[in-house]
Parts: sequence; C-alpha cells; structure tokens
Amino acid sequence: MSESTKSATLEIVRETPLLQLSMQQAINRALGEILDTDDRALIFGEDVGLLGGVFRVTDGLQQRFGANRVFDTPLAESGILGTAIGLAMAGFHPIPEVQFDGFAYPAVNQIITQLARMNYRSRGTLPMQVTLRVPSFGGIRAPEHHGESLESLFAHVPGLKVVSPANPQQAYHLLKHAASMPDPVIFMEPKARYWNKAGVDLAADEDIASLEGSVIARPGKHATLIAWGAMVSRCLQVAELAAEDGIELEVLDLRWLKPIDEAGLAASISRTRRAVVVHEGPHTIGLGAEVAALVSQSCFDTLRAPVERVTGFDVPYPSGDLEDEYIPNIDRILFGVQRVLEYRRG
Amino acid sequence: MAPRALAATLDTLSTSPADDAARGPARLLDVYRMLANVRQLDTSAVAWQRQGLIPGYAPMLGQEAAQVGAGFAVDKTRDFVFPSYREMGVAYTLGVNMVDYMSTHKAIWHGGLYDPVASHFAPFQAVVGGSVLHAVGWAHGQTLNGASLGGLGVGLAFLGDGASSQGDVHEAMNFAAILKAPVVFFVQNNGWAISVPTEQQVAGGSVAARAAGYGMPALRIDGNDVLAVLEATQRAVAHARAGLGPVVVEAMTYRRGPHSTSDDPGRYRTLDDEKIDGGEDPLRRFRSVLVEQGVADASFFDKSDADAQTRADEIRDGVVALESRPGSEMFDFVFQESTPTLGAQARQWREESEHV
Repeated sequence: MSESTKSATLEIVRETPLLQLSMQQAINRALGEILDTDDRALIFGEDVGLLGGVFRVTDGLQQRFGANRVFDTPLAESGILGTAIGLAMAGFHPIPEVQFDGFAYPAVNQIITQLARMNYRSRGTLPMQVTLRVPSFGGIRAPEHHGESLESLFAHVPGLKVVSPANPQQAYHLLKHAASMPDPVIFMEPKARYWNKAGVDLAADEDIASLEGSVIARPGKHATLIAWGAMVSRCLQVAELAAEDGIELEVLDLRWLKPIDEAGLAASISRTRRAVVVHEGPHTIGLGAEVAALVSQSCFDTLRAPVERVTGFDVPYPSGDLEDEYIPNIDRILFGVQRVLEYRRG
Repeated sequence: MAPRALAATLDTLSTSPADDAARGPARLLDVYRMLANVRQLDTSAVAWQRQGLIPGYAPMLGQEAAQVGAGFAVDKTRDFVFPSYREMGVAYTLGVNMVDYMSTHKAIWHGGLYDPVASHFAPFQAVVGGSVLHAVGWAHGQTLNGASLGGLGVGLAFLGDGASSQGDVHEAMNFAAILKAPVVFFVQNNGWAISVPTEQQVAGGSVAARAAGYGMPALRIDGNDVLAVLEATQRAVAHARAGLGPVVVEAMTYRRGPHSTSDDPGRYRTLDDEKIDGGEDPLRRFRSVLVEQGVADASFFDKSDADAQTRADEIRDGVVALESRPGSEMFDFVFQESTPTLGAQARQWREESEHV
C-alpha cells in the first residue's frame, strides 16, 4: 500500500463518527444483532421480556424478535441454567441472563456440575454454546447480593470461559464474539458502568484476534496496573493523577479472566518491572493471586518489587453505605503504586 | 401394591394409537426378551464387580419392568432420554451400545463412551436430579422447532424418589408446565434412596400427587407390571407429543438390590423386609401373564434366557477388551476450542509423564 493510499484510508476512518453509546445500549445493540444473524440464539431470564430487564439491557428485543426468541422465565436461576443446557443439547445457542451476580449462586450447581462439563462428559458431542450474562460487581448502592464479584469462582471451574468488558466498545464486540464461541462463556457486565457513554466503532469486529487476550488501556513505563470490569476506568483515573507527579502508569485491561492472557501480562510487566493488580472481589484466592503467580513466574528476574494486590477485603460485601470503603478507591490504588515504587530489596 | 392409576387426571390423557400394537403377541415376546436381557446383564455386572472386572455398579434389580416398559414407549428417532445413573434397562431397550454404556462402570469415561446424540440418550448422569431440567430445555427446543407431522419429539426425564427431593426437580416441573414443554417425568419410586425409605423422603408419599399443583396430569402405576408401565408411558408420551404439555408418571417399584456394589442394605433393612416389600418378581409376573395368554411357553423362556446370557457374555467380552483412554483426552474435551493455558498444561503433562 502506498503512503498516499494509507493516509487517505486513515482520513476516512477519522471521518467516520463513532456512535456514542452507554454500555447498556451497546450490549442491547449487540444482542439485537446476534438474534438477527443467528436464528438459533435465544434470550431468556427473569424480566428480560416485556420489561426489557431490570437494567433495560434487553429493552425492545421481545417486541422485535417475538416471545419465542426472547422470553421471561419463572424466578429460578437453576431452572434458567438447566433449561439453557437442555436447549443447547437441542442445538440452540442460549444467552440466558441471571439478574444479579449474587443470584447466580442458586445456579452454581447447574453451572459447575453440568454446563461446564457437558462437552467433556459427552466427549465433545454435546457442545454448550451458552453465553451467560451476569450484571456484576458493586458500586450502585444496591441491597445484599447485588454487588458480588464471582470471577474467581467461575475462573476456577474447568470448562468455563470468563470475560468482563470495561467499556461500551468492548461490551459490544466481546459479547458478539462470546456468543459465537462454541463453549460456555460467563459474561460479567460491570453494572456500575452501564450508563457511562463512550464512542463505539461498530465496524471494528473484523479481527477476531483483537477480541482475545488483554489490551493496554493506557501505555506507561513505571508500573502496570492490572484490572478488569469497572476497575479499569478507576485505574485510568489513577494513572491520570499519577502522571501529574511524573509517574507513568500502564493500565492493562485483562478482559478475559479465563483464559488469562499470560503473554500479554508478561510483555507489559517485563517493560514496567512493577505490577499492581486491582479487583473488587475479596483478597484471599481472588483472581489477583493468580495474576501475581503468573507474573512472578514469567517476570521473576525483571521484577523490581513483589506484585501488589489492591482488592476488596475478606468480608461479606458491605451495605451501600460502606461500599466505598470496600471497593478499591483511588487512594488505596495509589498506596499500592507507592509500595511497588518504593520497594527496595533486602 | 399400588393401583395401576391413582391420579384423577388419568382419563384426560389421550390414548396412543400404538397401544394395540403393543399388546400384540410379537411385541409381548420382544418385551420379555428385553426383560431377560436386562436382568441378565444386571446380575452379570454385579458379578463382574465381585470378580474385579469393574470397580463398581449400581444394580437395578427389581426395576426391569419399569425401565423396559418405559423404554418401549420411546420413539428412538425423535425422542430423547435423560437418564440418571441407574437406567441401564432403558439404555438397553433403546439400543444404546451396551459395552460403551458399561464403560462408565469400568471407570473409563464418566459419561460413558456411547454417542448420546446418535443414541438419543444423554450422558450417564451422576448428579441426582441433575438432568431433569435438561429434559425440559431440550423439550422446549422441540416446541420452538415446531411440530413435524406426527407431533413433537418428547424429552423423557428419569428420576427417582430421592431425586424428587431436589429443588431442581421442582424447578423443572414448574418450568415445563409454564412452557408447556413436551416432557415426561418418569419417576421410579423404588422405595429407597440409598438407606432412606420413601416415607422419610417424599412428604405426602407420592411424587405424582405433586403434579396437580403444577396443573399437570399424572399417572401413578404399578411399576412392576411391565404392560402397565408401557401403556402409561405411551399415553404420557402421546399427550406430550400432541403439544398438550408435560406429564408425570410415577412407577411404584422396588430396589431389590443394594444402592450400589459398595452398599450394605443389611444396615438399614432386613431380608424379610425385602421379601415382603419387594413383592413378586416382575419377570416372574410377566411370565405368568404370557403363559396365561398362551403367548409363550417354557421353551420360549429358556431360549430367551439363554440368548440373554449369550448377549451378556458378548458385552462382557467387550468390556474386558475396553482399554483405557489416552490421558491426552483429559485435555481434549474440556472445550470445543481449547485455550493456551490448557494447551500448555497438556504439553507439560506429556513431557513429564513419559507419554511423548
């Protein structure tokens, strides 16, 4: 391609206005396109039909695609998942919703003992092309069991893949990608980010490889912040503040929580030589422990400090009033950054 | 013994046109042959465990009439069976490859080696009540696909009195009734969930009685009368196939053997209990029927029993010949599309296990 052609192409790209969508709108749009292009796709769960879901993520889809493709179920999460498994056995591609993270617990038996194992048990003859959407994580002052982080639970289960988008662009493309995958995917939507608008390039999905693994949300050189879901935007805020003091933080958006992008982690941290992993879930056996282990394995010789974890605490997710004390905030993340920057051997 | 039908809704069920054919002499002889096959394979499998050929087995002695009767009502071309771990008789009747079926008891592969899609028989299921919801989802899929000529494919969920205590079974029955899914919940009430008797398991004493609460018809039948089971299951299947919704069939039977080859029923029931509660052997009962009707004589029974022995021996040869699956299969079937992490583990396993 000649130089002139290349710059002309870039010019066109720049002229294409990005759609400004909230994550809720981006997911709604992706679901509509999935139903449009895959006639085996089905959406069901509690209140996803006429109401359009409690977060309006499925708004208008039943009206558009009919009550056979988008339907309300009885209020029973194990029933939703078990039914999804049977529908997948019949060749459908279910996209069930569990209304809130904490209400995935009643479905955990079906998820672990059945959904995650059916392909294995059946020696690959009964694939489970099921995308389970779970509004996840905290930050909205909701009642008990509406702010849980289930990623380490699900990532621990063989047979499941787990992904969490950080912004509307990712939500749109990752959901379409997940729904096309022939394996069960837990799609964790950061509910605190449902209403934040950002530019979405609908055409950017041609390269499937770009939807796998992690992405660098902001390049830097002094330390890498590793985050996913709603914590990515918080880490970007931290990086912005640190930059004012001359500290250049890289923000690595992990995106896929299973499989974890080991090569992407190693590439970033071998450059910055310091890592702080940030997540909302409790500290002990949180996904940060896995990240720390992977980083120490791949970057042991180059690391300047032990991997820091800035996480929720080992307490039941607190009431809304204490939520800000629990979820990693800017100050706590900055303290973590300070610890890796000031660490001295011996 | 329980009457053949207790539920008041029985008469609302349509009668399958296949009923008459089922009563024809040739069909009756086929039913007996299958009862003999199943009895022989079941008792052989217990012997194989004692001989060390297989590490364990869950006998279905006494449930042959329930399983063979139900199996004969299944249309192998369009229905789908969702078994638990004690449905050997249903599998045999459906024509599942029995060496591949028994492979799970040889600890070769959890789900068995048979192809569930081709067999119309879901993988061997260890979770009590675990597959009942799958039958509902699969059956709802048949509704969404739309009925072909002759009606819908029917999902048959097999569960026991123990499984009926699971919350998933309630959710399954409620979902099925709400969705009007073509499902038959075939309950073998065999009196025991390992060591716990039905009266400590099923409040009210009947799983079929619960159907009324879901607005579903139910049949409670003598599960040791193979023709009663066949007829009831055919009627239930015909009802579901016609798009009229789910049905519960509760076959009252008796687990004459232990829960599994590791179980010791002497710790919770006496031989006298077993004799009284078990009633007459279902095979002997059916033999009496055939003799009374003049359909079969001793030579037929001898021949059937000998053929069953031959088939059990052939299956045994197949089970003996079954080799362990390559260890790489641990990794091969986790996903349709494997992951870099899993690929690395598989490579490391190969390198460190001298299986290069």
